[in-house]
This record gives sequence, C-alpha cells and structure tokens, in this order.
Amino acid sequence: MLTLLLLFFPLAAALLVLLGGARNASRLALGFAVAELALTAYAVTVFQASGPEAFYIFQPWIESPKVSFHLGLDGLSLVMVMLTNFLMPVIILSAFHRNIHHASGYFSLILLMQFALIGVFIAMDGLLYYIFWELALIPVYFIALRWGGANRVAVTLKFFIYTLAGSLLMLFGFIMLYWYNPAQSFDIRELYRIYITDGNQSWLFWTFFLAFAVKIPIVPFHTWQADTYREAPTQGTMLLSGIMLKMGTYSLIRWLLPILPVGVAKWGPLAITLCVIGIVYASIIAMRQRNLKNLLAYSSLAHVGLISAGIFALNIQGLQGSVVQMVAHGVNVVGLFFCADIIFNRTVTINSDNLGGIRTLAPQFATAFLIIVLGSVALPLTNGFIGEFLLLYGVYEYNTWLSVFAGLTVILGAVYMLRMYKKVMLGHPGARVPEFSDLYWNEKLALGMLVVVIIGMGIYPKPILDLAEPVLQSILNKTII
Amino acid sequence: MTDKHKTVEESLDQIRTTTFLGLLIPLLPLLGFLVNGFLGKYLPKSVIGWIGSLSVLGSFICTLILFRQAGPTDAIQIDLFSWIALGSIDISFGLTIDALTLIMLMVVTGIGFLIHLYSIGYMHADEGFTRFFVYLNLFIFFMLLLVMGSNLLMMFIGWEGVGLCSYLLIGFWFKNPSYNDAAQKAFVMNRIGDLGFLLGMFFILFHFGTLDFSTIEQMAPSLVADNGLLIAITMLLFIGATGKSAQIPLYTWLPDAMAGPTPVSALIHAATMVTAGIYMIVRTNVLFAMAPFTLAVILWIGVATSVVAAIIGLKQNDIKKVLAYSTVSQLGLMFAALGLGAFSSGIFHLVTHAFFKALLFLGAGSVIHALHGQQDIRWMGGLKKLIPITYITFIIASLAISGFPLLSGFFSKDEILAHAFQQNLPVWIILSLSSLLTAFYMFRLVYLTFFNDFRGTEETRSHIHESPWTMTVPLIILCVLSVLGGLMGLPVVFHANHWLNTWLADVTAPAAAILHQGHHISHTMEVILMSVAGIGAILSILYARHVYLTRRSVPESDEAMSGWGKVIYQKFYVDELYDRWIVAPAFKLAEWLGNVFDKHVVDRVVTLTAGFLDASGRTLRVFQSGNTGSYVFAMVLGIVVLFIIRLLI
Amino acid sequence: MDTLIQAVPLNWYLFLSSFLFCIGVMGVLFRRNAIVILMCIELMLNSVNLLLVAFSSYSGNSDGQIFVFFIMVVAAAEVAVGLALLVSIYRNTGSTDIDFLNKLKW
Repeated sequence: MLTLLLLFFPLAAALLVLLGGARNASRLALGFAVAELALTAYAVTVFQASGPEAFYIFQPWIESPKVSFHLGLDGLSLVMVMLTNFLMPVIILSAFHRNIHHASGYFSLILLMQFALIGVFIAMDGLLYYIFWELALIPVYFIALRWGGANRVAVTLKFFIYTLAGSLLMLFGFIMLYWYNPAQSFDIRELYRIYITDGNQSWLFWTFFLAFAVKIPIVPFHTWQADTYREAPTQGTMLLSGIMLKMGTYSLIRWLLPILPVGVAKWGPLAITLCVIGIVYASIIAMRQRNLKNLLAYSSLAHVGLISAGIFALNIQGLQGSVVQMVAHGVNVVGLFFCADIIFNRTVTINSDNLGGIRTLAPQFATAFLIIVLGSVALPLTNGFIGEFLLLYGVYEYNTWLSVFAGLTVILGAVYMLRMYKKVMLGHPGARVPEFSDLYWNEKLALGMLVVVIIGMGIYPKPILDLAEPVLQSILNKTII
Repeated sequence: MTDKHKTVEESLDQIRTTTFLGLLIPLLPLLGFLVNGFLGKYLPKSVIGWIGSLSVLGSFICTLILFRQAGPTDAIQIDLFSWIALGSIDISFGLTIDALTLIMLMVVTGIGFLIHLYSIGYMHADEGFTRFFVYLNLFIFFMLLLVMGSNLLMMFIGWEGVGLCSYLLIGFWFKNPSYNDAAQKAFVMNRIGDLGFLLGMFFILFHFGTLDFSTIEQMAPSLVADNGLLIAITMLLFIGATGKSAQIPLYTWLPDAMAGPTPVSALIHAATMVTAGIYMIVRTNVLFAMAPFTLAVILWIGVATSVVAAIIGLKQNDIKKVLAYSTVSQLGLMFAALGLGAFSSGIFHLVTHAFFKALLFLGAGSVIHALHGQQDIRWMGGLKKLIPITYITFIIASLAISGFPLLSGFFSKDEILAHAFQQNLPVWIILSLSSLLTAFYMFRLVYLTFFNDFRGTEETRSHIHESPWTMTVPLIILCVLSVLGGLMGLPVVFHANHWLNTWLADVTAPAAAILHQGHHISHTMEVILMSVAGIGAILSILYARHVYLTRRSVPESDEAMSGWGKVIYQKFYVDELYDRWIVAPAFKLAEWLGNVFDKHVVDRVVTLTAGFLDASGRTLRVFQSGNTGSYVFAMVLGIVVLFIIRLLI
Repeated sequence: MDTLIQAVPLNWYLFLSSFLFCIGVMGVLFRRNAIVILMCIELMLNSVNLLLVAFSSYSGNSDGQIFVFFIMVVAAAEVAVGLALLVSIYRNTGSTDIDFLNKLKW
C-alpha cells in the first residue's frame, strides 16, 4: 500500500498542480514534493523495521503476453527513491523567483517525471519497467522543448531520438528474453532464473548495454548530453543529470548484471575500458570548456563514467561505490547546475570568460558553491570521496592499470573544477560582474539542504552502504558464473 | 568493595579521561572553526582572534596532559564509529595517540597556537580577519586528524583537508589573480601526489585487507622484503609525500605558495603541513624499511632536492621566497635522513626545523609588516636598530638553521650528516655542501635585511615600527625553542641519552629490526664531524658577512642579471618547462578533443546515421508524388508483373 | 441442362471480360477526368462480375451469381460516395482533373 502511495502520489500531485492554476503552481508543487519526501522518510522507517517484504506488490495485469504489475522496494530501490524524492523539493525550490511561463504545466511535468522515475526504480516486471523508462522521457522532452533555450528544437529532437533508439533496442532485448523464458513472463524473478545460452547472452548484452549506455551516457554515446544540458531549462537539466542518468546506472545493476552474467563476463572488459576512456576523455575536454553548463556536462560525463566502471568491475566495492556515488553525484550535480543557474539569473551570462569577482559580492553563495565543488572533486569528508574511493578501489581490484587511468580524474577533476571556480568566483570584483545579489531564501534553503547532505554523507555514509549491501551482494552472487 | 575492583574502576576512569582528552584535541579547533564560521559576523574582531587562538591553546594543553601521563610505549586508541564498512573492508573513524603522534601534536598545537596569536596582530587590519581565523582553525583540525588518524584513510582525510586549507589560505587574497593561480597550482600538484597516496592505499588494502597502522605493522614483516609489491606500495606513498612535502619533481608549488599571508607560510608551508610526508613515512616505516630500493630513491630525491633548492635560494630576492626554498631544501634533508633509515633523526630535524623556520617566517612577517608589504630584500637594509626584537630573534633562527654550534639545528642536522657519513660518503659530501649553502644564503638574507643602511624610500622608513606584543611574544618563545630545541636530542657524546630516540624507539622499532644498522661511528669520529660541520657553517657565515656587510654588495636588479645568475634566479626555468611540456600540451589536447574530435568525429557518426536515414527518406519520397495517375500506373504495372511471374512459373 | 448462359462458350466470356477490363484499365490510366475514371472503374468491376456469373453458371454453383448482386449493391454505394467526393472536389477546385489532386504526399 505504501509502495502504491509512493508511486501514485506524484501522479496525483501532477494532476492537481495542472488544475491548480499558474499562480500557485510552484508552491503547490513544493508542498506535494515535501509531502512525498516525508512519505519516503516514513517508508524508510518502515523498511528499517520490517524489511522489503512490506513493500511487495504483485497483481496480474495482461494475460498474454504475460505482464504483471509487480512492484518492490528493496534496499537498492529505496536508495534511488530516496535520492529522487530528496532532490525533487530542491529542484522545485530552485525554480522559485524565476519567471516561468505556463508554470502549472511546468511543475506538473516535473511531478510527472517524479512519478515515472520512481516507477523505474521500483518496477520488478520487465515490461512495466520499460513503460516507466519510456514514460520518463516524455515529461523531460516537453520541459526541454517548451521552456528551453534558443536552440532547443533541434537539440531536444536529437536527444529524444537518440535515447529512444537505444530504448527500442532494450525493448527488443526484453522480447527476446520473454521468448527464451519457458515460463513466458517478464517478471524479474523469472528473468533472474532463466537459462540463456552463451551465444544469445553475448548479443543480448548489447541490446541492453546500448540502451543504458546512451542514457548514462558512456563515451562515445554522449554527444546528445552537453547540448541538451545547455539548452534545457535548469530544472530539466537537474532532472536529467541528477536523476535520469541514474536510471541507466541503476538498470545496469538491476537488469543487466544478474540476467546476462555470461554476456557481462564476455563484454564487461570492453565496457569497463570504454568507461575508463570516457573518464579521462571527458575530464580533459572539461578543462577547456568556457560555457559553464558545458563544463558541468563533461564533468558529469566523467563522473558517471567512473560509476559505470565501478559497476563493471563486478565486485562489492565497485557496486557499493557506484550506489553511493549515484546519490553523491545526483546531489552534487544538482547543486552545481543550481549554482550555474544562480549565476545566469544574475548576470545573464554563462561564459566563464565574462565572469569573475563574484565571491566578494556574494560570500554566502561563494561558500555554498565551494562546498559543492569540493564535493564534486571528492574531498574527504564530502559525499564524493566515499563514492570515488570505493569506485577506484573496485576498479583497482579489477585491474591495477585501469585504476591508474581512472584515478586521473582525481587530478583532472581538481584542475577543471578549481579553474572554473577561480574564473567565475575569484578575482577582482566589479571588473566583469558589476553587481550580484547574494542568495534569496529559496536558494539558501535549497543549497543548504544540499550542503548538509554533502557533508553528512561524507562523514557518515553507513546508512546508505547498509541499505544497499544485501541487494548488491545477491546480485553479485548471480554474476558469478 | 575490594581493592581489585577499585583499581579496575580507576583504570577505566583513566581510559575515559584520556579518550576524552584525545577527542578534545581535534574537536576544540573544530569548535573554534564552527563558532567563528557561523557566528563570526556577530562577534568583534578581538573575540574572534582569541576564540581561534584559545581553541588551539586548549588542544595544546590537552596534549601536554596526555604527554605527561603517557609513556613511550603507550598508544591510546579511540574508535569513534565504523566509517566505511562493506564486504571484507572495515575502515573505522578512529584516532590513535602514541609517542610519534604526541611529538607531532605538540608541534602542531604549540606552534599553531603561537602563530594564531601572532596572526591577531599581523592580520588586525585585514578585512578578511574572520575568514582567516576560520580557515586557520580548520587547518589545525585537519592537521590534527592527519597526525592522529589510526589508519591511512583517516590520515588521508587530514592529508587532503590540509591541502584544501592550504588552497584557501594561499588564495586568501582572492582578488589577486596570480595568488589564485598559486593556490590552484598548489592544490593540483598536491592532488598528483594524492593520487599516488590513494593508489598506495589500494595496494595496501588489497594485500593487507586493512589500512590500520597497527595491523600493517604486525603483518608487514611476514612479507618478502624488497619484492615488487612493497616497492610499488612504498613508491606510491612516496609520490604522495613528494607532493605534500614539496620534493622533486613536485616542489614548485611551495615557493608560489608564499602568496598567502605570512603566518600561513610559517604554519602551513614551513612548520606543519609540508612535514606531513615525513610523518607519513615514519608512521609506515616498517614498509619502507622492507623496500631498500624505495629508500634509495627517497635518499637521492631528498639529496637532490636539498641541494637544488639551496642553490636556487642563493639568488632569490624576495624574503619569503628565500625562506621557501630554504624550507624545500631542509625538507630534502629530512627525506635524505629517512632514506638513510634514520627515521627518528628525520623527526628530530622536523621538530627543530619547525621551531626555527616558523620563527624565520614570523620574523620575515614582522619585517614585512614594518615595511608595509615590502618583500624585496633589495629595498631593505639597516632594520637592526628599528625593529630590535625581530632582529635578534631572526638572527638566532638563522644561526640555528645554519647549524651554528650548540643551537637546535646544529644537533639535528649533525645527526643526519653522521648517518650519511657512516652509510654513504657521497651523500655526506653533498649534504654538507647544501648546509654550507644554507648558511650562506641565510646570512645573505640577514645582512641585506638588517645591516647597512635602509635602501627604501624615506617615507617608508619613517613608518617603520616594532610589532605589537601579540607578534613579538611568539617570536621570543620560538627563539627560546630554537636555541634549546637541541636538548631533546643531545647525542651520546655529550653524556646524555638521546631523549627523542628513546621516546620514539617503539615507533621506529619495526624498521630498526629490519634494517640492522651497523655499529655506530666512534665518538671521536662524531666529534670530528661535528667540528667540521660547525666550522664550515661559521666560515660560510663569515663569507656572507664579507660579501654583503664588508663589501656592501646588493643583488643586481632583474634586468641586470645574466648567465648562471639569471638561470638560478629564474629557478632553472622549471616552472616554464612544466608549463611548456605538460600544461600547455594538456590544454591543447583538451582544445582539440573538445572542439575537433568530439564534434567532428564522435558526433559525426551520430549525425551521419541520422543523415543516412534522412537521405534515404528523401530518395524514396520521389515515388510518392501525390499524382493519382502514377499511383494507378504503378498498381497496374505491379499486377502485370505479378501476372507475368505467375505465367512463367 | 444447358442454360442460356451456356449457349455461349466460356472462352468468349473470358475474352469479352478481359477486353472490357483492359478498356477500364486504360481508361483509368490515360483519362484525366475523374468522372470518366470512375466510370472506367465501374467497367472493370462489371467485367469481373460478368466473369463471375459465367464461371458460376459453368460450374453449376449459383453462389457466384448471388455474390454479383452484393457486389452491384456495394458498387452502387461506392459510386454514390465517389460521386459525392467528386462533387465536393469540383466545388472546391472548380475542376475534376485528377492531376490537380496531388496533395496525397508528404
């Protein structure tokens, strides 16, 4: 029951916000998102008390092909749902004090997105999962298309088709799984059990991997990313980078590793190599980006590359690291894009060459921004460090040399992030940016929430590690062939 | 109640007290950081300064209490909570206080307090006063974590944390772009080292299954000495140390780091943070002792750094730059000591160096303060009478660093030289040479700054004044320490037992057990070596006196420089080399990858796929002309073709 | 029991209806007036009807002849719709020339 409430509350909220009119849309949406967050907190206490069984829902849905309405909330899903529902109020808060036309539609779509994302994270039936996966694309497409920047039409089209093409491959993969499944079902428990020949696993791997690789994205399937991040409105970018990318990495863990262990064993080395190349590649490109949003896009690319590398390392450190880092990256990247938005909002420029000296004008903003930057360069006692340490160690266990290359992100990350901070925030005030008002209450609240999580998670990551541990361990056991 | 119960109760009480004190040591500066950070804007300056200073003083007092209670073999273990636990890994958020930690704690909190005190005077007119104390307290907190951490990862928190504070404090005056560049350079160079540290930790975690110092110490002797694994681990850790402790090839950030306020240079870039590399190696000495190859590398890197930095120091004209290169050189000396396996001698020199180098920097700060920001020694001179306390303390510190007999630097340096003489004669010769150079450039600095006539403008001269008491008191205390610091390591020749060696014996025992140092050189030889070193230092000082006091020569202006003098002044063009061969190509590659490769190769594949579909659509749409006649014709044609096929088959 | 239909050999029916069908096809292909094209389509339809009746009679099964009635009814309805469309087109474009009706493309 709680599961259904968690899932459908945002949908109902989306409808209500749509009907509620433009004037109160943002406040209404924030109220609903906070309520959902409270619901999540309650769900966590229930989970701690009675375990995942309480959240299990199974209802036959379609007779033939056999699809069931199967939802479940284990530790891994719970972490992802926590991330989603924590970021939603922040994302909605970040849209306060901004001039948004058709606000009711905008916030309604954001809440619809929340519905789809939660669906992806808790669906335990292949086709149901696929429906949520595609559903998540629709709101963000409209958000980017209607509220985006000047070049939005071409960019969103590319983004939509690129990701959809990947997803269709996945649908094909699911159909083939159904075909190979003697029980003729999409249910995850069946899929975890079925026997698929090595040859079939080998090519089925690609149907799933490509879908996820486009969504994550893993180099070289990333070229939609920077453009989309730049053109989408800030909240859209936050949704995309903060949560939607995690659909890809989450799905690698949930669907790819346990169902196709042989395929993963065969192609994993190639995939992890791609990921590691992607880390270095994206980090190097990020060093020379002048557009703030582009820089953040490439830095995000480097981070998710490391997350995926940790997943393909196929050890508990890598998987745990990826879960922690999914959360950490979600929090940090939302914070970073929010900071970029604050800068853009005040100065109407996003090119770091035209910025500088903001720190003197807005010390509170500078401090918050610095902490988020430090989280993203993985300074110890911030959330980024726990993830990066575990991920790099996971990759190290897999292959020492790969970890050396992946480790370059430690250096290059510091280079591009601090360079950006230096160019944008430091230097003499007034030369490029004449005035810059410090944080408004909504920005203070949103950034404050993020900063607390960044430091809190860095000091005490144990709750997240403990939540994910049993699930990851059982998935890991399935990958051993 | 029996007596036995009572004693158990008492010892439990004892443990509780020590745990409490141990926790208080890092928590007090953290508290100072939080109070000043959050409430700073509501508090007056004087209160902020004293909150910052007293929090560190509190830590120092706690350290002293612990020090009085503890014996050299005691180790207090404080496990706060399990930090990262998964699979077989369990890394606790734990602190350890043992003999080595106590020494470091005294240095960090003691000198830290003095420098906080000094900063109250030094920074009083700065608009970023609050921010300065916030950063400084945060630094102390991280530095304490670094030395107290019970495992490598805890040390790494402090390790990167102090790097962050160093970044923040070098770029403290962030309106100046070149300071920001220096800050960033420091952070990035440290990060290069940190990657080495991180990878070293991975090796240890993988092969030992733990990062706890005590467990590593127990497990290491069972490994085969000098195998690839140990060499890899120790080399990687050493790379970390070269970054933090400014050794070749990662030393160039330290001179640039002088962009920060002078108390920062004294605290972070002379006394504490830069010695973290030495502390780390001593902490894991058992691993290094088992990898003679790495020890040799450390030895030669240390020796090379020591002499190269000393040569560069000869020609620098910025008072802080001279001291910075001197720091690099002295750190090189400490690494050489570690390379020789003389771990406690390295710590000995670390401590005495912290005393006199902090004093030198604070003295330099006092000079700069008096001259309103002038740092170029070519525009100084004759300050002896104007700022007497600074002058006296500065000259004593210079004597100490030069190895003037019976001052602290003399003993610590001599111990290292004795080890070098005993094990490796060429090393001894080079290090002695580096000591002579040190004495020369230090007194070049002294004579140019304090003697002869003032070379600046008359206006500046009229403003010169001695610093306030908050600045001079730390100078005097450090001066006393610089003179007497050698007492903690009086050699056996002086019929004293070497207190520091005894105190650290338990810490360095694992290495000592492996290295089996040969029998010590004879006492006569030791006395001869000491005399040689002392006389050499005095002669070197006299030569500097001859050049800069008697002949009154002043370094030429930048334009007038030529030949080797210029090369040395330009620091052998190492920065330019790095820029040209590493930084510039990296940025070029970034530019090319971002603007050419990513757009025109990777994305081209995607757009070509879309383009192919688009083109095929365009081609096929010709058939869909919209002309009904042609549709019907196509239909009929199709039927006819079907008929023909049917007929033929 | 020869019926009237069987008084003529089957081949002749075949030839006649093929001939009619071809006239219809040619008309659809080469005429531009939509009304004529509609008539030609009817011609093709009726040629097939004729054949259906002939075969039905020769095979002694009357089903075919019954179907022809259905076809004629449907054809009548179809002609009605077709003519209605034509009238509408004529009103909109002022012509029944099908070359003007080339909007059926992307």
